[in-house]
Amino acid sequence: MLILECPYCGVHAEETELHGGGEAHLKRFGPGSSDDDFHDYLFMRENPRGVHLERWRHVNGCGKWFHAARCTQTLEVFATYSAQTTEPPQEVKDKISAKRPGWSWREFKG
Amino acid sequence: MKRYSAFAVAREGLRYHTGWERAWRSPEPKRHYDVIIVGAGGHGLATAYYLGKNFGITNVAVIEKGWLGGGNTGRNTTIIRSNYLQDPSAAIYEKARSLYEGLSQDFNYNVMFSPRGVIMLAQTEHEVRGYKRTAHANALQGVTTEWIEPARVKELVPIINLEGPRYPVLGGLWQARGGTARHDAVAWGYARACSAMGMDIIQKCEVTNVRTEAGRVVGVDTTKGAIDCDKIGMVVAGNCSVLSQMAGFRLPVESVALQALVSEPIKPCMDVVVMANTVHGYMSQSDKGEMVIGGGTDGFNNYTQRGSFHHIEETVRALVETFPMVSRLKMLRQWGGIVDVTGDRSPLISKTPVEGCFVNAGWGTGGFKAIPGSGWAMAELMATGHSNLAEEFSMMRFKEGKFIDESVAAGVAH
Amino acid sequence: MSTRLAKQGRLIDRSKQVEFSFNGTKLKGFAGDTLASALLANDQMLVGRSFKYHRPRGLVASGSEEPNALVGLGVGDRFEPNQRATTTELFSGLSAVSQNHWPSLNYDIGELNSKFFSRFLTAGFYYKMFIHPRPLWKHVYEPFIRQSAGLGKAPNKELKDADTYEHFYFFADVLVIGGGVAGLQAAKTAAASGAKVLLLEEKSYWGGRTPVDGGTIEGLEAEAWVEKTLNELNAMDNVTIRNRTMASGVYDHGYVLGYERLTDHAPGQGGPRHRLWRIRASQVVTATGAIERPLSFAGNDVPGVMLAASMRDYLVNWGVTPGKKVVVATNNDDAYRTAIALHEAGVEIVRLVDARESGGGELADKARELGIRVECGRAIAKVKDGKRVTKVAICAQNGEGGAREEIEADAVAMSGGWSPVVHLWSHCGGKLIWDEAQAHFRPDPERAPTSHDGNAFVVTAGSASGPLSLSAVMADAAAAGAKAAEAAGRPAQSVAAVETSEVSEAPMEAVWFMPAKADIQLRMKTWLDYQNDVKVSDVQLAAREGYESVEHTKRYTTLGMATDQGKLSNINGLAVLADSLGAEIPQVGTTTFRPPYHPISMGAIGGEARGEIFQPLRKTPMYEWHDKNGADWEPVGHWRRPFTYLRPGESKHDAVNREVKNTRENLGLLDASTLGKLIVKGPDAGKFLDMLYTNMMSTLKPGKCRYGLMCSENGFLSDDGVVARIDDDTWLCHTTTGGADRIHAHMEEWLQTEWWDWKVYVANVTEQLAQVAVVGPNARKVLEKLNAQAGGGMDLSKEALGFMEWKDGEIGGFKARAYRISFSGELSYEIAVAASEGQAFWDALMEAGKEFGVMPYGTECLHILRAEKGFIMIGDETDGTVIPQDLGLHWALSKKKEDYIGKRAQQRSYMDNPERWQLVGLETVDGSVLPDGAYAVGQGVNANGQKNTIGRVTSTYYSANLDRGIAMGLVKHGPKRMGEVIDFPGLDGKIYKAKIVDPVFYDKEGEKQNV
Repeated sequence: MLILECPYCGVHAEETELHGGGEAHLKRFGPGSSDDDFHDYLFMRENPRGVHLERWRHVNGCGKWFHAARCTQTLEVFATYSAQTTEPPQEVKDKISAKRPGWSWREFKG
Repeated sequence: MKRYSAFAVAREGLRYHTGWERAWRSPEPKRHYDVIIVGAGGHGLATAYYLGKNFGITNVAVIEKGWLGGGNTGRNTTIIRSNYLQDPSAAIYEKARSLYEGLSQDFNYNVMFSPRGVIMLAQTEHEVRGYKRTAHANALQGVTTEWIEPARVKELVPIINLEGPRYPVLGGLWQARGGTARHDAVAWGYARACSAMGMDIIQKCEVTNVRTEAGRVVGVDTTKGAIDCDKIGMVVAGNCSVLSQMAGFRLPVESVALQALVSEPIKPCMDVVVMANTVHGYMSQSDKGEMVIGGGTDGFNNYTQRGSFHHIEETVRALVETFPMVSRLKMLRQWGGIVDVTGDRSPLISKTPVEGCFVNAGWGTGGFKAIPGSGWAMAELMATGHSNLAEEFSMMRFKEGKFIDESVAAGVAH
Repeated sequence: MSTRLAKQGRLIDRSKQVEFSFNGTKLKGFAGDTLASALLANDQMLVGRSFKYHRPRGLVASGSEEPNALVGLGVGDRFEPNQRATTTELFSGLSAVSQNHWPSLNYDIGELNSKFFSRFLTAGFYYKMFIHPRPLWKHVYEPFIRQSAGLGKAPNKELKDADTYEHFYFFADVLVIGGGVAGLQAAKTAAASGAKVLLLEEKSYWGGRTPVDGGTIEGLEAEAWVEKTLNELNAMDNVTIRNRTMASGVYDHGYVLGYERLTDHAPGQGGPRHRLWRIRASQVVTATGAIERPLSFAGNDVPGVMLAASMRDYLVNWGVTPGKKVVVATNNDDAYRTAIALHEAGVEIVRLVDARESGGGELADKARELGIRVECGRAIAKVKDGKRVTKVAICAQNGEGGAREEIEADAVAMSGGWSPVVHLWSHCGGKLIWDEAQAHFRPDPERAPTSHDGNAFVVTAGSASGPLSLSAVMADAAAAGAKAAEAAGRPAQSVAAVETSEVSEAPMEAVWFMPAKADIQLRMKTWLDYQNDVKVSDVQLAAREGYESVEHTKRYTTLGMATDQGKLSNINGLAVLADSLGAEIPQVGTTTFRPPYHPISMGAIGGEARGEIFQPLRKTPMYEWHDKNGADWEPVGHWRRPFTYLRPGESKHDAVNREVKNTRENLGLLDASTLGKLIVKGPDAGKFLDMLYTNMMSTLKPGKCRYGLMCSENGFLSDDGVVARIDDDTWLCHTTTGGADRIHAHMEEWLQTEWWDWKVYVANVTEQLAQVAVVGPNARKVLEKLNAQAGGGMDLSKEALGFMEWKDGEIGGFKARAYRISFSGELSYEIAVAASEGQAFWDALMEAGKEFGVMPYGTECLHILRAEKGFIMIGDETDGTVIPQDLGLHWALSKKKEDYIGKRAQQRSYMDNPERWQLVGLETVDGSVLPDGAYAVGQGVNANGQKNTIGRVTSTYYSANLDRGIAMGLVKHGPKRMGEVIDFPGLDGKIYKAKIVDPVFYDKEGEKQNV
């Protein structure tokens, strides 16, 4: 029964208010993209045991999407941050690094 | 291997059971195997078993991080059915179901396969249509199922409440030859049979690296040292992404927690398996008397084997609605497993970008029922490079857009 | 015999007699009794039968760890199986029956059977037996095994639970679990910091064991201190306390379930029976105490053998003794307390055997002073089998059980040491360490469960941490309370030492077998798990057969899998396993602790949501009218829509046909309010909708409507509906009934997470509007009549409001928006009015429509009308695997747009493929109705031996207008095979032959909708 702080409304939202939206920072590939790129965008998933960046929506709350940096092994939440970004902000990376030195996730690392 | 029989039990009974031998050996790993199967769950052990039985490949190690059968094989609700809609699914699940029928005799270990019948309830017009469609498909697939009317449902499930009020039962899809089996015994029976063929089951041994050379697998590093092999089969369910990462490729899979629970044991009151997908609950009664109840998955990646309680609430609510007497039973235990879910919620039995490396994963919420068929197909694929049963479950389908989507007939895949 | 003594019983009120029945016999107890203590007071030592061998069993414990005394409680719609006698408070009229025996508790056939077979019925029996011949398992073996399944009887299948249940939320800084002295002290310390504290106790009374065990706290006797502290806590605004409330599970991020039993002790008094507390706590203190372990000696399951501390509980709390001549067996000092207490109450202690060569401390001295015969280095070799204790054989502990001395006794008190209750600590990942001195697993404070912030959120207090002495318990509890409050963000406080007095104890000594080298004959009579009948020999067998993991042993023997989840048996079983493997106990480890701590009712888990309020019910403004006018309801998501309107005596089939014909011939009304209505607005709204729909929406002119398709990014059709452009930067998108919330979420997701710089707002106005489809040749007439009656209104003529146009204005005096759209092929207006006016508008239409033959119609008629016209229905023609190209909807796929959601996906090899099945119409050769969901078969079988299929039915109906069956389906190369007849095998064994035809069956030119 997770609690995530919604970065928009500030509510410490519990899981029943939230909707998980899967892997974060996916780059969309549309018409003109290669089969591989499109396939990876739509289906290949990070699925790490450890630090994960993911999307959530405060669906039974303010309705806003946001990002979370979370550990899939301990369920610790390092930070939540804006949905309107293509990468985790430095301050979020720092928060993860403080708890999980040497972490990496896709092209991002501490 | 000494055979199990009533005679053996009687003989041992008279000498205080001192003569039983180990069900499986506990060897140290050798330096090299023809095939390494990573994961001694049902699917991994079945793969090893059919490699030996069908293809004579017995220089095989099955490597297990924890204890054999300790993952989803020992955590599921033991339902066996093959009333799937899509041809590839029906084929492999029916293969599995038919193998289950003879499994106890096949390896002289009673897995208590109980063909008690499975009903999937239809509680909306949409579900009625979906299950009638499935019944039509099954008839052509060689899977014996039947559409039944509410009165027959009540006959088969006396404790059911047909009247709703919110979702009255409109009928059901009945597979008389579906049922349940003792989940641990399936793993143990395979393990005993594999061990008897000379295969090594190495428990408490974690794979820490998959070694490749020039795009080809050559071995694994483990907590018990390096082991070489010609081929490797990754059969580790929820941990498949972690393992594939070691081999240098990704999978179209996400790992989430799936929950289940049992009630305290009561005298038999329900002889069939009932699944109610509109309200999201399913239940059977074990031979020990517990009501075995399946829950839903969480909506986030999770490796903790713990789920969120609101799913349990939803499931129990659904069952109280469907079987009112459940209200006065008590939940004895709840637990979770980590299931690996693919983009179309159907499994992968597939070659991978690394030569000699095969993957069997993505069974999501419905793997137990597939174990013998999955192992059969995986063994065939690993031994010969091709399996008709596995053909459609290739990873490549996602690139082509050729999905195997079972959710279409309202039949949630559990 | 067990009996009530004249004195003692601090919890009972001897002035209030309570009548109850057990197996039909009327018995008497006192207010304050548990069912267990009342049964003992009535010399009912035998309370049930075990699971496998049907062994006679008596009470072993006094609390919720009791494995044997499970009863069926209550009658009729309040009957419940497997209720623990020890946690059931006695009430007047209580009716209990014992379980798992036939024909009676005293004479049980099952016992005779298992007496003969028990030496064969060891662990693993079923895995090795009943293998051949195969068919016998289903027809003979399993039915036979199932007969012996279960404990209690199932509740009546036809009765609905008479009780109600509820859920409740609570937020606390510090949740303290357990109302013993440690919990009270922890709560008091935490509360002093100002923290919001919740204190839960599962029993009805407070103080835990300490008032029974003795000792003083802050100069007061334990009972007085408990009362004083409780009063203090009650007086504090920041403290909430609840008894009869068990914390059943600790979940991630500080979520804890509380299980409050409100009326179990007073059934039928009104109000909910159980209340499930959904608690969020910043910090959790588990002051859950410790559980005494049995000793493993032969016959340790004979009724009358009881945990020593529990025997003391029965004496001190309820004034009952299970026997008059008691043997005490122990490996620690605590059991001496029982011996002393019994002795002082006038019960004869015939022998106290202490397995330790060195014996006990101060308490042992006191026992000897009282004249109790204490023997050290001695053990129980065997308790004679039977329905209660009669004889006990004593031997040396360090031997094989020879040279026995047999003594007469009617009860045995045993103590194998204490294990902290670590369940709640462990539920969410707290780790344990092995404590060699106490021979138990205790929480490792360095490896506590962690919460969302990565910090520990559970702390243990008192004997749940491991220490057993009162001074250590109180110090630990105070520290735990302070630590939790600080961790919850309260200022740190210095914790004053709690002054206590107690007697000192000699160290315990681990004793896993009694005697230490017990032979196989004894081990086969030595129980570990009482309820599941798991013996020492079973665990040894499991180890010998290679089931070496503790989880394998558990599952192979069923050790710890009974309703007590191994509270008494696990540690003893682990020790036996470790011994068998030649391993250390910590290397063997424990099985996983899972919620709930004790079983909790399904009713409580389900809560209020049952029957009519099982799920929210969404109602349109005209819902009540439909209900009164014969609606046959169909659930559609959380909505209910009329399937058809039944007239008295009419069948569903007839009603639907009547509606179908009438709508084509006269006038039909459909409540279309459930259709989704989303307003999409903003400078970039057009651009956004062009991405969402497969066709072009930005070019739509204000005042016009366009049918649109939506796909998922994976290419599959997900929704459809008519889009109306309201003004320059506003569109109104209709979705399917099931699609409104989903599509709204879909839009928000893309806007917020992909195109967040686009200036677009989306609002779901579905429930703001009531929408009525006015359909049929008389549609315009009825609306014009309404306008005439109102003295004016919008011009609804063909010229003023053409097909696929919309207009705002007044109709019949109602402010309305009229869309000239048709899902039936008839002249049709969909008219939206404010939700609050929906019913009035509907009434007006029904009244004015009388002369035009108006009838309401339901969803089935809607389906048939659209199928006659070959219009697709999301959910029928589509199922999540269908793309627009399959349905001949190429015209709706914009060629001009570079991109739309789903476009790239549709370019993949399997999507862009002429072999895909395509939409066609299907007509049976004989005019009959094709079976729903039927598949068309082709030639031969596929590689897996399945018959090849070449198509399937997606929609099939009887058309009253055409007086024949009509259907749509997806067929391989379908559109190129017009006129071909293909075979659809039915479930009835018939082959239905159907001709491939154009999917438009009615009014192919589409003239009717354009009038």
